[in-house]
Amino acid sequence: MKILIPIKKVLDPAVHVRVKSDESGVDITNEKMSINPFDEIAIEAALQLKESDATSELIAVTCGADDAVSVLYSAMAMGVDRSIHISTDMELQPLAIAKLLARVCITENPSLVICGKQAIDDDASQVPQMLAGLTGWSQAMFVTEIENKSENELLVTTEIDGGLENLKITLPAVISTDLRLNTPRYITLMNIMKAKKKQLDVISSDSLSVDVEPRLQTLKVVPAPDEREGEIVNNVDELIIKLKERTRMI
Amino acid sequence: MNSENESISFDVLIVGAGPAGLSAAIRLKQQAKKLQMNLSVCVLEKASEVGGHIISGAIIESRVLSELFPDWENLGAPLYTKVAQEFFLFLTQASYFKLPIPTQFSNNGNYIISLGKLCRWLALQAESLGVEIFPGFPAAKLLYSSDGSVKGVVTADMGLDKKNNQTDHYQQGIEIYAKQVIFAEGCRGSLSKQIINKYKLDNQSEDQVYGLGLKELWEVQESNFEEGEIFHTVGWPLPADVYGGSFLYQLENNIISIGLVVGLDYKNTWLSPYDLFQQFKSHPYIQKIIKGGKRISYGARTLSEGGFQSLPKLTFPGGMLIGDSAGFLNVPKLKGTHMAMQSGVVAADALIQHFKGNVNLANKEVIGYGKQIKENWMWDELYRARNIKPAFSLGLKTGLLYSAFDSYVLRGMGVWTLKHKHVYLQRKGKTKKSISPEYDGIITFERLSSVYLSNIHHIEDQPCHLQLKDATKAISINYKQYASPEERYCPAGVYKIVKQPNAEVRLQIDAQNCLHCKACDIKDPSQNINWVVPEGGSGPNYAMM
Repeated sequence: MKILIPIKKVLDPAVHVRVKSDESGVDITNEKMSINPFDEIAIEAALQLKESDATSELIAVTCGADDAVSVLYSAMAMGVDRSIHISTDMELQPLAIAKLLARVCITENPSLVICGKQAIDDDASQVPQMLAGLTGWSQAMFVTEIENKSENELLVTTEIDGGLENLKITLPAVISTDLRLNTPRYITLMNIMKAKKKQLDVISSDSLSVDVEPRLQTLKVVPAPDEREGEIVNNVDELIIKLKERTRMI
Repeated sequence: MNSENESISFDVLIVGAGPAGLSAAIRLKQQAKKLQMNLSVCVLEKASEVGGHIISGAIIESRVLSELFPDWENLGAPLYTKVAQEFFLFLTQASYFKLPIPTQFSNNGNYIISLGKLCRWLALQAESLGVEIFPGFPAAKLLYSSDGSVKGVVTADMGLDKKNNQTDHYQQGIEIYAKQVIFAEGCRGSLSKQIINKYKLDNQSEDQVYGLGLKELWEVQESNFEEGEIFHTVGWPLPADVYGGSFLYQLENNIISIGLVVGLDYKNTWLSPYDLFQQFKSHPYIQKIIKGGKRISYGARTLSEGGFQSLPKLTFPGGMLIGDSAGFLNVPKLKGTHMAMQSGVVAADALIQHFKGNVNLANKEVIGYGKQIKENWMWDELYRARNIKPAFSLGLKTGLLYSAFDSYVLRGMGVWTLKHKHVYLQRKGKTKKSISPEYDGIITFERLSSVYLSNIHHIEDQPCHLQLKDATKAISINYKQYASPEERYCPAGVYKIVKQPNAEVRLQIDAQNCLHCKACDIKDPSQNINWVVPEGGSGPNYAMM
């Protein structure tokens, strides 16, 4: 099975975001960047599928400026076979990314696309669904279990309100991974060295003749208000008094 | 851990991607290229990316950078702000006096930088020269040959749980062999410490003395910002018998770097470097600058202050020490980056001389490095600065007077060499308890909100990397005799005494807050705390410290 894994370079989850003083966005200068954690889960899911079917080929793809290739090397160090970098200096919004990926789906013709369910920077959770729409392929979102049933079918479990749903989907398909699906493996030093020798193709986004003009405009970004500090009370009575004083809950 | 570790070999292995290690790597590859030699160089770094654990003032002399990259400006090295104006102040609680700046300590022509940024840039240059850099892979153990020489290191295991059991994601560390291993771990490196002990490298030198530096970055209001202005202070809030001082450097884009360095040879067990730093910011002169601004980063790191007298022997069979792992800091000048980089360059040159002649350097001691350091300008610089710090053991005022005499009259060439006086922490009854500080949350902050700004990543389910050699001493000695000084000197609030009703007093170690400053490994009164590397990628993620 040929599996395509779209990944995104985001601010590392350990880094605390700081809003720029002119409120135009968050300041990521010099901050540590990493693979979107949900995309790491997608890579791990693909690696596990490959473990049960050695003939699989795993391809990571990312869209963005030149420095975005670092996440592709991380993906290849995890075990992905080769990568594609769709290079652009434009700001890319979800629809534009989905369109670019749809082009890659035409040239690569994968049986399965595994995406992270959302990127932790904008939390949009739109690309996988849009990509399924644009390609006309089956979709299963927020997947917590994957079972490879046959060459053209996949059994997946997805999270829905109040329970779980078991789906049988026909390939080709786009699925997005939930946090619970797996725990991604560590990258080893040996695999980092091997990754440097793997194939990485760069495609200019211009050559794909896709309209990537932003449709949304950011008006302003403001930091969340500081969380109120916790307070330790000595007994239940004191708690009730404080709740009465400070809230209208009682 | 039954199976054998995987292994890999290089010509040279460098432990630590700081200014010293990266300069050595760059110089090795540059020289090898000139001589059309194949030379494989590997750099291990415990931070998740290069620069992540780097913290420094920082003001840098660009001379070594110019030697490595004469066209560094065109290559985009992150040296943007030249020192424009400089003061040296003596602070009292409410006021200040300007002191003269000795010419040899003047910062004229130097740059105010983020050392973390510079290291990231150096790493890019090194990689383009073919150096293999592995961030997120700490060197955890030393490997010795049967003849007792160093032959390599083992990287830290990944995926062990709290009790040292292997989890599903366990990855065994790998063995990295090299003909020569260069230790560039910075102050009090966990492997360098073992090397110095094993080969008795400090036999002929005085004991190392240390300082703890604490630093914050602030984004200040534009009206308070003066690009390129710097000052250093002595005096308040440090007690007269504590060596140290502050710095405030105005970088670019309204960012200022503000810090306090406290000599760790202080006696009073109640002293808290962290609280002194917070208190320092409330001085009217400082408040004027940071008021209305926003704190954006916090970090801490120890530095070697022993200088010339404490410099250990630099070579041993199979390897060498460079940078602050050896202790190349010019203390009165408050500068070590150019010295660290230069030591890396000299070490690299010494190695190249042998590699050039096809000498197999495995197990060999490259004594040429130690000799060439002595012929280098850095030896003279370190020699001239040697008497300033020990003079301050006689108190701040005597120290200042002596420094003036030494700097203006003798220019560091006095025939005597002052010794570092040994100072031990005094027991709790002997010293006055200080009042618990209050934090306003505007200019002064409590420890945990500071640590939050260090972007620490640390998987909690891993073996504790702050090891007590004897767990009972935490209470029987530290708590009972010294009132647990680790609660105060730790700049990250890692150590906490927990008293619960109907339970014995115990020491709680919150290793996930550790900033990797190594103060505990140094200051513990019975040397009972051993700092070892945690799982790769743990610790702070400094962006531009």
